[in-house]
Formats: sequence, C-alpha cells, structure tokens
Amino acid sequence: MSMNNQGRPTSSGEAFPASIATISGDRGLDHEEALIFELGHGATGVDLPDVKVPDARLGGQRRKSAIGLPGLSEPEVIRHYVRLSRMNYAIDAGLYPLGSCTMKHNPRLNEKMARLPGFGDLHPLAPHSTTQGALELISQLMNWLTTLTGMPAVAMSPKAGAHGELCGLLAIRAAIAARGENRKRILVPESAHGTNPATAAFAGFTVDEVPAKPNGHVDADALKAKLGPDVAAIMLTNPNTCGLFEGEVKEIADAVHAAGAYFYCDGANFNAIAGKVRPGDLGVDAMHINLHKTFSTPHGGGGPGAGPVVLSERLAAYAPVPLLVADGKGLRLIEDQAAVPAGAKPFGRMCAFHGQMGMFVRALTYMLSHGRDGVRQASEDAVLSANYILASLKDVMSAPFGDGPCMHEALFDDSFLEGTGVTTLDFAKAMIDEGYHPMTMYFPLVVHGAMLIEPTESESKASLDRFIHVLHTLATEARAKQTERFAGAPHLAPRRRLDETAAARKPVLRWKPDVLKKAAE
Amino acid sequence: MRYLPLTPDDRRVMLARIGAPDVDALFRDVPKPALAPLSAFNLPDTQGEMEVERTLSKLAARNVAAGAAPFFCGAGAYKHHVPSAVDHLIQRSEFLTSYTPYQPEIAQGTLQYLFEFQTQVALLTGMDVANASLYDGSTATAEAVLMAQRITKRGKTVLSGGLHPHYAETVETVAGLAGVVSRSPVTPGSAEDIIALIDEDTACVVVQSPDVFGLIRNLRPIADAAHAKGALLIAVVTEVVSLGLLEPPGAQGADIVAAEGQSIGNGLNFGGPYVGLFATREKFLRQMPGRLCGETVDAEGRRGYVLTLSTREQHIRREKATSNICTNSGLCTLAFTIHLSLLGEEGLTRLARINHAKAGALADRLAALPGVEVVTQAFFNEFTIKLAKPAAPVVEALAHLGVIAGVPASRLLPHDKACENLLILAATETNTDDDFAALAKALQEVL
Repeated sequence: MSMNNQGRPTSSGEAFPASIATISGDRGLDHEEALIFELGHGATGVDLPDVKVPDARLGGQRRKSAIGLPGLSEPEVIRHYVRLSRMNYAIDAGLYPLGSCTMKHNPRLNEKMARLPGFGDLHPLAPHSTTQGALELISQLMNWLTTLTGMPAVAMSPKAGAHGELCGLLAIRAAIAARGENRKRILVPESAHGTNPATAAFAGFTVDEVPAKPNGHVDADALKAKLGPDVAAIMLTNPNTCGLFEGEVKEIADAVHAAGAYFYCDGANFNAIAGKVRPGDLGVDAMHINLHKTFSTPHGGGGPGAGPVVLSERLAAYAPVPLLVADGKGLRLIEDQAAVPAGAKPFGRMCAFHGQMGMFVRALTYMLSHGRDGVRQASEDAVLSANYILASLKDVMSAPFGDGPCMHEALFDDSFLEGTGVTTLDFAKAMIDEGYHPMTMYFPLVVHGAMLIEPTESESKASLDRFIHVLHTLATEARAKQTERFAGAPHLAPRRRLDETAAARKPVLRWKPDVLKKAAE
Repeated sequence: MRYLPLTPDDRRVMLARIGAPDVDALFRDVPKPALAPLSAFNLPDTQGEMEVERTLSKLAARNVAAGAAPFFCGAGAYKHHVPSAVDHLIQRSEFLTSYTPYQPEIAQGTLQYLFEFQTQVALLTGMDVANASLYDGSTATAEAVLMAQRITKRGKTVLSGGLHPHYAETVETVAGLAGVVSRSPVTPGSAEDIIALIDEDTACVVVQSPDVFGLIRNLRPIADAAHAKGALLIAVVTEVVSLGLLEPPGAQGADIVAAEGQSIGNGLNFGGPYVGLFATREKFLRQMPGRLCGETVDAEGRRGYVLTLSTREQHIRREKATSNICTNSGLCTLAFTIHLSLLGEEGLTRLARINHAKAGALADRLAALPGVEVVTQAFFNEFTIKLAKPAAPVVEALAHLGVIAGVPASRLLPHDKACENLLILAATETNTDDDFAALAKALQEVL
C-alpha cells in the first residue's frame, strides 16, 4: 500500500463487503432517518417573543392541553429533510419513464417567476385595482389555452385534472338540465384513467364501459351502439392510454352530438399533440388540461396540480364562477353567481378563490419560453422518443398492438415474460437497481401485465440509448431465464419491497409516543 | 430551444431507426385535416430566459404585494412569515421533481414526510387520523360533507352562516347534486341558532371557527345536538395558526375537521395552490377521501412507509371510489410540515399568542375611531368592524392611499344588505405598529 508523507493511504485499499453491517446503521451517503417526533428535544427553529394574552377575547375557548409537537432547531430540521430528500428518485436525477404521468423537465425560471412578490405574495381578495397584473397573467394564459386547443372558452379554477373532469361534467349536467332533459349515463372506455368513472359517479351519473378493440383503439361501433336518449356524454382520452391516437374521433364526436350528448375529452395526454392538433377541430365539448403534465409545473411528490377546462360554445355559458371580464377600469373577477353577464349561467363554484395561480405563473412562463414553435417541437420530440424506444425494444419485449407508430408513450405487455417466472412487477423493480424509476405498470387495464413507457421530450439521445440498452439487456436475460436480478428486486434502493398487505390490514397512519402505543395494546 | 436536448441530427438518426420518413409519419392516425400548421396558432415564438423574465416581472410589478403595504386581508388566506429554510428545502430536486410515491422503495422521503404531516394534522386538530392532504380548505369541506352523507346515508346538510361563503358555494355545488344543502342566515359577530336546523334527516352540520367574521364559536353544544339526532359535526378552520391557542375541534366533539393549511408554510399565491387538511375519527377511516400513508416494514424488516388503504381510491375502485381525487397538495404539504417542524410546540403557541395580541391591539385602536364599531368580540387574529358607510368603496379609497385595509364583507356576501358596511380585517405577526397607525390615519381620512 502506498502512503503519502502524512501516513495517509492513497490507494483504494481492499473492497468493503456490502454485507458487513455498519456501526451507525448508515451506509456512506445513505442515512437512515428517524421520524421528526423521535428527534424533537424541546429546541425551537424560530425566535418569537413570549407574549402573554388574557382570556378576555377568547370566548372561553383557550386550548386546555399541549399539542404534542416536537421542538428542533433550524440545523436539525434542515438535516432531517435533506436526508429524507435523498431517499427519493426525481426527474432531475434521472429518466422517469412513467407512462401517462409525463415526467418532463421542470425549468427553474418557472419557479423563480412564481416567487415574484407580485404573484407569490398577493392576496386573492385584495382590491382589483391592486391585482391587475395577476388578472392580466390569467387572461394571457387563457388565450394560450384556448388558442392551442381551438376552443372558445376556458374555466380556470379547477385545482387538478380530476377536479377539471368534475368541472366539465358539471357543465354538461347543467347544459342537459337547461334543455329540460334527464340524461344519466356516461360512456367510458375500459382503457380510461380511474378518475373518469370515479368523476362520473361523483357528479351523479352512471358509468357504462365501452370495450377496446384488439388493436388498442376504442370500439367506435360498440360506442355508437350504446348511444341513446339517456346518454349524457362520453369521456374519451385522446391520445388514449395505450399511447394511440383515436383516428375515428371526429366520427365518434359527430355521432355523440347527433344523439344529443356531449364529448368530454380527458386531456391528460395533450402533451403528445399540443401545437399540432386542436381538440376543438375534433368536436370536443370539454377537456381538462393538466398544467403539471403538458406545461411542466412540477409534480412535487404528488401535487399541487392545476386542471383548467376548455369548453365549446355549447358549454361555455355554464362555466363556474369566478369569471374574468374586462371593463372600462380594467380586468375584474365576477365572483357573484347572480351578477354574471347576460347569457352566462354558471353551474356553481369549484373552490374558494380563483384557482392555482402559482401553477398559472409557471405554465405561462413555460409557454412564453417555448413559444408556439417550441410547444410543437416538444410534442414531436416526445412522440419521436417514444417511437424510438418502441422500435428499439420490440424485438425483445412484446408490443401488443403491432408495428404501427405510437404517440408519446410506448406500451408493452408481459407476454415476453411468459414462462420465465418474472412478472411485470419484478421487471419494473429490477429497473430500480439499474438507477431508473419504473415505468407505469398494470395500466392500462386492457393489456395483460402492462408496461407503459413515456420518455418525454426532455431526454437526450444518449440518455435514451442508455435506457434502451438497460431494458434490452434485462428483457434478454429474463427471456433466457437468468432471473436472479429480478427475484426480490430492488436490492440496492433505500428500502427493499415493502409489505403493503400488512400496512392495509392493521393501518398505522400516525406516530404515537410509546406510552400511547402501549396503552392502546 | 434550451429545454429540448435532441438535435436535428439526432432526430434524423432516430427516424431512420424507426423507419419513418419524417415525424409527421408518426402522426399518421391523426386525420389529415386535423393536423394544424404552425401558422394556425396566433401565438409568439420561442424566447430566451431574459426576455421571458422581463415580461413576467412587468406583470408582477403591476400588483401590490402584501409585503409592500400596510396589509390586513384575511377571510380564508393569511399573510404569515415563512422561514427561509422552508422554501429552500421544498425546492430540492428530490422533492420538487418527484412523482406521487407509488414506488415506495425509491420514495421514502416523500412517504415519511407525509406520515409526519398526517401526525401533525391529527395532533393540531385533536383528531385520531388525518389524510395526506386535499386540494384546499374549501374542497376539503365539500369532501367532508360527501363523506358524512356516505356514513349517515342521509342527504341533508346544514351550513352555518359563518362558514366562508366560497366554501358554502363549493359545498352547494357538489353536495347539492344528490342532497339538500341549507344555509343558516348570516349573523355577523354572533352565533346563530344552528341547532334548531338539525333534524332526523340531517347528515351533517358544518361550522367554521373562528368564523368568516372572525368569531370564535363554541362547537360542543352543536356537536351534542348533532349527535343526538344521529348527525355529524364537521368543523372548518380557515386559519390553522389559531389551533396554537384555541381548543381544537377534536376536543369539542367534531367528527370531521376540514381546514385550510395555507397559513403554515405557504404563501398567499393569489388564492392557490394551498393545502387542504382533513382529519376524522378512527371509526370513519375507511370512508375517508384522498391518499393515506401508512407505516410498514420492508423485506429485511426495516421500518418504511407506503400509500395504503388505496381500495378506497379511484385508480383501484373506479366508479365505486370514495372520491375522484387523485393528486394531493404534495409540495404545499411539505412546506406545511417543515414550517411546523421549525415552529414546534413552543413556536406555534407563541406565534398564535402574538397573532391574537396584534389583533386585539388593532381592534382597540380602531374602536377609538369615530364611525367605527368593532362587531366581533371573541376572535383569534381576525375581526369585523362596522363602518359609517359602505365598506367596498372605503377599501378602494384606502388602496389609493397605499393601505390594503381588509376584505369588505360585501365582496363575499353581495346580496346581504346587513353586510354592506362591514369590513373584515386580519392582523398577524407580520403587522407592525406603523401599519396600525397608517390604517387608522387613512381610515380617518376616508370616513
């Protein structure tokens, strides 16, 4: 072993066996981290004066017992959350091929703009004269959304995609009621996102499933056969969840309209066609736009989202309050359902205030940065990258819908794993050991053991090639029944597979001090 | 375009591998007339970061930020100081750019903070269990009403007149589809007799405390009356900092708590994104909407966390789910939980006392002005005053004098004549004596 002149070894030395337990329980950069409640020790992370207040104005409602919150200083709190963060996969750290979820790059300019005090520190009920720039921003975003979709109107307040679906269906419900009709049935393809049937039920409709054809497209003939005087709407995702564009969409829309029903389009996959296809040209009556997918507001570990809904002429009048209008004094929100302009018949209100402004700022920043040409290029690159993956893997993985091109996501089924003992779950978990987040698994439901890969436009060709090489090799090994990588994977993540059955059987949903736990037992 | 890594050469090579002549060949399923040329979109082209920043900054400069003026707006959204560490931590890539934690082996960071968040919310509200958050306080309230309808199998909902009117409208929009929603008349500064409205058909009664006029309500008698008729009490809190000083709803018999968590960790953001807190009793657990994070062990016996009880949720149950909700307020939840961790027991209780003291000082100061009457006697950090003239034009006039004086009640209740002269004001730790003096002076000028 070579030494430097202080006696410190400079060569790498012997390998440290992975199986040796460390003294601390941590392993290099991988730290185990206790719950914040187990770390608290009566310190504080803020400096506030200890003001005493009398009972006089508390209505007899002063808190009688302690809350039970832990006390930590700022450095301890920071270290806790930094350590937690390091147990997470993230798009900034690697390719995140979750089909249907659209994990694209989140530009940091968007974050900076959303934090400008004029947006981030603005109260929703401040006088209109002090919020003109914010209202102008919403107006500009509305223009982008209606122009890109070719639709005349948009409701901005829905707080996420599913909330947008609800908004669209409530507009449809109001339009049907205004016609004096009673239509209760909504047709939903079996490949739809779970939110579609859930929203239809939530809005008081019954759900009627439409089968898919063997080629992955909705069965348009079966759909048309189900139309009738009690059908309120169809909910169709286009491009659909198999990653295919529904080419018969216009004929379907015409048949739906002829039957007196409405066409709700799930816009979750708008990112494949933004800047190339206008849903308004396809006969769509309502479509939500997931700003956190197509327009790249960050997913943030599961939210917040934003789900504005574009509306056709037939539905525009029923948009919920608030409505944004311009008058002689500038822009103004109409928040009163009884004081709307002539012709408007709002169905109600989706939420307090006027929507996810923080997400609006980020989305408009994204749009201005890309421009119409960049939005179009992003859609084309997303579709190109998905097809590149499909073309590069279809010799070893099984593509259920043949040789045709896909849109922004490539779908595989598990028939290539048949007889290997490896499941879709095993295959996906083995990707974790290779440094990748798994693709979407077991969705859509119309394909057995589905694996849905969406690379997005944010990956370089080198990144795609590396990903393809890893998946190709995994598939080749699985087919050769070299299954040791797959059994019980992942092996190298912060945790091995977790026992979800035990979690659901005896739910532990909060921390309790040991004394309380013992008392409960 | 700076966000798109593929070069023209890359695209050519990739198309060759695919065997497509050009990218439009990949869009062959799209009917030809539906493929729009770029010129069909009357929108600007790509811009550099500097140009975009200039455009957005100009728009932002046309607004008066809460921190730029003496500021007293509340009514469901509150200006508080958020420690610098909060925003720094939530912008870490591993939090900001991760997805819903469906792969728990590589999402323990998100899952553990959700578990901590659920614990914090349960402790604050005095309830048994909390979920991993909903969109905001108003949608959480609507979900609570639907949950109460499921539990009681009854259709009637009684809303307090002190419930934030936006919340009431949100509830009416969804709970009115299948049931009846009745709103008690508005009684600014005093508690209405809501008990008289509860009957055997009532699924739930919804009461906000402190209410929209700032009044602290006593929930216990309402809870007892509701339970006597087989109905549930839903307690709504729009200012969660109040729970650092006031008796929590769980100690007063509430069955479900729906709250707005914006005040802790989250900025005003012109109304969103915020974070809906949702807590209930253990026995109603399986009727809850939204995501739940639970503790379990991994294959090596190490403690870990997963999303659990998902058989309630839309991606499993589809039309039979307890709600259509898919997302939660992930990053806002994180901001909440970090801020509350920094505060701790001592910080939150001190913060709450400071807020109450500030509001009391402001109320005393305004009560001394001619033409001003303080309407709310028991309050946390927000109260209502009655002016000698309509409040909305007064607020506009004060804005021109550089003071954002609060929310005129007529903005929320435009058809209630009794509200015309009422102004709702909040004071928090961010307000100084200079702010109070500026408001008093400007108000005297305008009145």
